[in-house]
Amino acid sequence: MTAATTQPAGAPAPRVRTLVTPATDRFDHVLRSEWTKFWSVRSTMWTFISLVVVTIGISALLCLAVAANWKDIKPADRLTIDPVSQSLSGIFLGQMAIIALGALAISSEYSTGGIRTTLTAVPQRLRLLGAKAVVLTVMAFVAGVVTMFPSFWLGQRVLATAPAHPPIDVSLGDPNVLRAVLGGALYVMACGLLGFALAAVLRHTAAAISAGFAIVFILPIVSNFLPGTWGNNVGKVLNAGGAITNTRHVDEQFGPWTGYAVFSLWWIVLLVVAAVLMRRRDA
Amino acid sequence: MIEARGLSKRYGDTLAVDDLSFTVQPGLVTGFLGPNGAGKSTTMRMLLGLDRPTRGTALISGKLYSSLKGPLHHVGALLDAKDVHPGRKARTHLLALAQSNGIPRKRVDEVLEMTGMSTVASKRIKGYSLGMSQRLGIAATMLGDPEVLMFDEPVNGLDPEGILWIRNFMRGLAAEGRTVFVSSHLMSEMSQTADHLVVIGRGKLLADVSTKDFISQSSKGSVRVRSPQADELERLLKADGIIVERIDGSLRLHGITTDRVGDVAAANHLTVHELVEERASLEAAFMEMTRDSVDFHAGAPAPEEATR
Repeated sequence: MTAATTQPAGAPAPRVRTLVTPATDRFDHVLRSEWTKFWSVRSTMWTFISLVVVTIGISALLCLAVAANWKDIKPADRLTIDPVSQSLSGIFLGQMAIIALGALAISSEYSTGGIRTTLTAVPQRLRLLGAKAVVLTVMAFVAGVVTMFPSFWLGQRVLATAPAHPPIDVSLGDPNVLRAVLGGALYVMACGLLGFALAAVLRHTAAAISAGFAIVFILPIVSNFLPGTWGNNVGKVLNAGGAITNTRHVDEQFGPWTGYAVFSLWWIVLLVVAAVLMRRRDA
Repeated sequence: MIEARGLSKRYGDTLAVDDLSFTVQPGLVTGFLGPNGAGKSTTMRMLLGLDRPTRGTALISGKLYSSLKGPLHHVGALLDAKDVHPGRKARTHLLALAQSNGIPRKRVDEVLEMTGMSTVASKRIKGYSLGMSQRLGIAATMLGDPEVLMFDEPVNGLDPEGILWIRNFMRGLAAEGRTVFVSSHLMSEMSQTADHLVVIGRGKLLADVSTKDFISQSSKGSVRVRSPQADELERLLKADGIIVERIDGSLRLHGITTDRVGDVAAANHLTVHELVEERASLEAAFMEMTRDSVDFHAGAPAPEEATR
């Protein structure tokens, strides 16, 4: 420093740095920090537990409803039942937990003011957003796997009790089944990212969760009431997310991967918007 | 070293910071002084790259904050002690901050020790008192052993013991040659802590002076004397060329010491009931300086002459 001349008498002795690690600038450091933060708040574990319990529980109940009422279901309707997607169907409610988890991963920074502390440590905002997204993506997928495989297994045990001829008997080795179950995990991941991207744009927990709820829950229902071909097409887009767990063709839905790609557009577009806004906005 | 060059920040119609330029030198505690709403926090947020300046630049050691490599190694900042996730434990909070800048885990324990927080580090932050939160915030600023430190109103809401601790802590940091920049709206606090003052009001720079100069400039005192023979005393002093004001039955004298007044009275066998030196307080000097730049006055503003 050249400041010595401008200082009054009694100015400082040269100072000794007690910390000798070199200053660094690495993505893996930010990733590690976000990993620590992700696991050090209670909401993470609670939302994971909700996802697993709600999804598996509701799926089993919906399978039980089919099995117990098998005799009352018309033969034509029996053919439309997809045992695989049926055994994963509890995700329609469970997805709210993962949307909340994704939202909280960034909205809690804004609601607590922690974002200002975080950004003074990591001023490269896109790097921060990226690190959070990576941690969330990995953990949401793992949570999806942990949810979907038991849900499938339990659902098939329940469906097997239906008095069907031949009995319902689906295993992971059958065509499309592994894709559908893993696809369910990918869907969970996409829901997490949807919540995350919404929260990154809105910077508000409740607003992000409500918007996510509207996208995955309300819009698909509303779209069923839209008239005409136009209505059908909109319906297809708004119901795209569920297609990945189908093992049978459904007229009103896209094919599994097309549907998944369309659903993914939600979070991809929103995350790009979030990235642009995050660079511009004051923290 | 911290440098603000023509910093301005506009929020809608309000110019919160208006063409602010100053330099904060290492080895000193520099007080950043101004009434509430003067733009201190906004300026600090711009220095830290949190808010984008409308105009001008903010530099830390000659660089933009956002281009610092591992910023915690260069700058420790405490804006608001409550800017943390309350559900996290103190140690985990500090660990996450340390990890983001590649600071080893053992440093977390060192800063906890340094701030006297070791025993409560495994508790969730939501249970902390304001004083504990402040200490945690200060622990975080020390993680990277930075050469520049910034504190926004660090003594707000603290008990006297906490205030003394922070004051000594900041003085110690400056004595080690670090740059210490601390904001406050209390002149009395800054007069005991800061070596140098940057005073702002309504976003504008009002003064950039050493605390010593500020005090001597603002301490041009007067002498008040009460005497049953005030008329006689007034006549004698006026003959000596002293300016005399009459206030509530006593005299206020300018340009004379209490010693001299006592001597004059004694020499003329005049009775004196009271003889005091009046010094404008620092707080009064500060208020005088920022009078035109506070947003909200208590009561209606009186005409300038009438208040003198």
